Amino acid sequence: MLSSTAKNLYWMGRYLQRAKTTARLIEATQRMALQSRGKEAEAVVAIFGMEDEFRHALAHNNAQRQGGPGRKQLSDLVDFLAFDENNPSSIVSSISSARRNAREERNNITVDVWESLNGLWLELNAKLKGTRTGVDRGALIESVKKQAVMIFGAAQVTLLRDEAYNFLQLGAFLERADNTARILDVKYHRLMPDGSPHAENLDYFAWSEVLACIGAVRTYRRIFRSSLDPMKIAELMMLRRDVPRSVHHCLWMVDLSMRELADTYGTHGEADRLAGELHARLRYARIDQVFEIGLHKFLGGLRDDIATLSDEIGRQFLLD
Amino acid sequence: MAVKTFDEMRSGANGAVRPPYEGVARWLETTSAERLAATRAEVDLFYRRHGITFGAYGAAEGSETTIPFDIIPRVLAWDEWEYLHKGLVQRVRALNAFLADAYNEREICRAGVIPEAQILMNAEFVSMAQGLKLPGGVHAHIAGIDLVRVGEKNFYVLEDNVRTPSGVSYVLENREVMMRLAPELFSAMRVLPVADYTEELLSTLRSVSFSDDAEPNVVLLTPGHYNSAYFEHAFLADEMGIELAKGSDLFVDEGRVYMRTPRGPQRVDVIYRRVDDAFLDPLAMRPDSYLGVAGLLGALRAGRVNIVNALGNGVADDKSTYTYVPEMVRFYLGEEPILQNVPTYRGDRPDDLKYILEHMPELVVKEVHGSGGKGMLVGPTSSRKEIEEFAQLVKARPDNYIAQPTLALSTCPTFVSQGVAPRHVDLRPFVLSGRKITIVPGGLTRVALKEGSLVVNSSQGGGTKDTWVLAPDAATAD
Repeated sequence: MLSSTAKNLYWMGRYLQRAKTTARLIEATQRMALQSRGKEAEAVVAIFGMEDEFRHALAHNNAQRQGGPGRKQLSDLVDFLAFDENNPSSIVSSISSARRNAREERNNITVDVWESLNGLWLELNAKLKGTRTGVDRGALIESVKKQAVMIFGAAQVTLLRDEAYNFLQLGAFLERADNTARILDVKYHRLMPDGSPHAENLDYFAWSEVLACIGAVRTYRRIFRSSLDPMKIAELMMLRRDVPRSVHHCLWMVDLSMRELADTYGTHGEADRLAGELHARLRYARIDQVFEIGLHKFLGGLRDDIATLSDEIGRQFLLD
Repeated sequence: MAVKTFDEMRSGANGAVRPPYEGVARWLETTSAERLAATRAEVDLFYRRHGITFGAYGAAEGSETTIPFDIIPRVLAWDEWEYLHKGLVQRVRALNAFLADAYNEREICRAGVIPEAQILMNAEFVSMAQGLKLPGGVHAHIAGIDLVRVGEKNFYVLEDNVRTPSGVSYVLENREVMMRLAPELFSAMRVLPVADYTEELLSTLRSVSFSDDAEPNVVLLTPGHYNSAYFEHAFLADEMGIELAKGSDLFVDEGRVYMRTPRGPQRVDVIYRRVDDAFLDPLAMRPDSYLGVAGLLGALRAGRVNIVNALGNGVADDKSTYTYVPEMVRFYLGEEPILQNVPTYRGDRPDDLKYILEHMPELVVKEVHGSGGKGMLVGPTSSRKEIEEFAQLVKARPDNYIAQPTLALSTCPTFVSQGVAPRHVDLRPFVLSGRKITIVPGGLTRVALKEGSLVVNSSQGGGTKDTWVLAPDAATAD
């Protein structure tokens, strides 16, 4: 397999996962706004680190509108996150990038994976062509979420378990680990600015939406069988190995893929070490210790190391 | 047009349906127009979802269109194919002998059959390829020979393509689609399969490695996904299970070619390249090329890697060399050509030039190096002004043009907006030459979808059809 193939599959995994996260996040934010929880839009753009870009887009939209600024902020946010082609992290941009990676590797993925991804891309393009009035944004985002699941499903059931598959897995799980860490970090910081997990008058709706961002409200109930507790929420999103979107689960998968690749190639490098270390850090962490260190600090360090791991993967497998 | 057109379905004795088409005629009679239309809609969706697309030159970047696929197959009887097969093998053997000769001793020039200038002064001549001794003496490993039919027994070779002929992916995909859409037709008629093409292609490529490694490493070199034939490159690499490489995936070290992989450099023995000569090696050819591999030609000359098709094959397939192919058959093989050329007038011969300029309204005039249906004039369908303008071009550079009588290309029933109607077709069989010569039955049928049009090129609005060769025992029922 060529290094360029590995690179394309790695990024295809990352972009697809990013689109999926974004779709879920938009839905959670919209629900939250319906329950009138103030300025959720800002928190969401903060998750992507895109405050400046959004402010710019918003100013542009306000200038175009007769009625002046204000009221339309939520729909502007949805458009920015989902359908803005100038926003490199938007759903549309992510799907286009994933499709471009896949197209270059048509010969290395199955027809099922290609068809489902290309089908999604075609649907988005058809719906968003020309004036977008009358486009059901909610339905489109729902469709992205569903089809992204189908694409990953097609990959699970049809792809040969070879190097290419492991690079796709690496990309998807590394992105997912990063996404969950970001969501938890930003949301926690907004709801608990002092970083303490104990609070009077817990905002039930706000906290359930944090879980909804990773689709884990019912999961929480199944695991803890108790009312919402910020510390348990953090534990679930970070440390539970059995929750498929938890940081621990994702880094476990990253480590597994790295081991498979090391077996295939018979090589070990800094990326292998870092993947193993990150996995171990989550595996042996205790939630009370994390809060002693400070959740924000812990997650910050985690995100930095995930970024370093991505760089090291590029270096080790000649992806650059 | 004055000449009577041969229709491959209807031009039987006394206007009857010709025997190979009996099954198709019955199918068309018994299938409702609605069902046909629904089937056609299904096809377009299928091609789009599969991403079987073609970026026409000049279209906006990234734009992808599908080549229209016509659901009515084109049918050849076994004896018709047997005849074509013999003629194609003969012609490609002669072309390969010519290419090996043209880049070595040039015996054919010494014998006075072809002037040496025809080779050496040809813009497609690659001096770096002089003296190369290639495995099996093969230069044109994959040849696409364009044939047209004008009557029951009359086929002509319109053009030889021995550089990087494309279109074979459509042969394979069209068959897949057809089997899905009309399984009842396949059970009624015995159609010879085409699916083994990629298997044959891989063994052809492996058979021409310089190394005696039992499993030589073959890669397909593509210019990348902006190339109009990228789908085909990916499709073929996938079917053969070989790497689809861009120039940046390969490098030359110590005279050997390697590909970059996560496990380190891997040696490459044979490169099936779909990149033009001029872009193959920035050190030897165009220095501004990003599509090639620096040092590739050195590795070729050292006998460390073989490049398929060979370099400089353009000297054998341009439209002025074309007129010499029958002579090549006689010279190298000592045989009479089975397949005939279209009578051709050469602009560089004074008598011919005079004839061309006097008869332009009835001729097809073509640039010697033109392709894709561009740089040509179809006299009978052109305005007087267009003809006059083209005549000026010919007068300015007579040696750059050839002309042929306008042929009444055969027609096949085709599904168009008004229903089923005859449209002109040609045929491009793909001939594989390695240690042996193989041709999958049939080839790519291209169809001019516009009424009366003779231009079948996909870049000019042509479509394709599935091409059927009937098994020997299914041929001519009575």
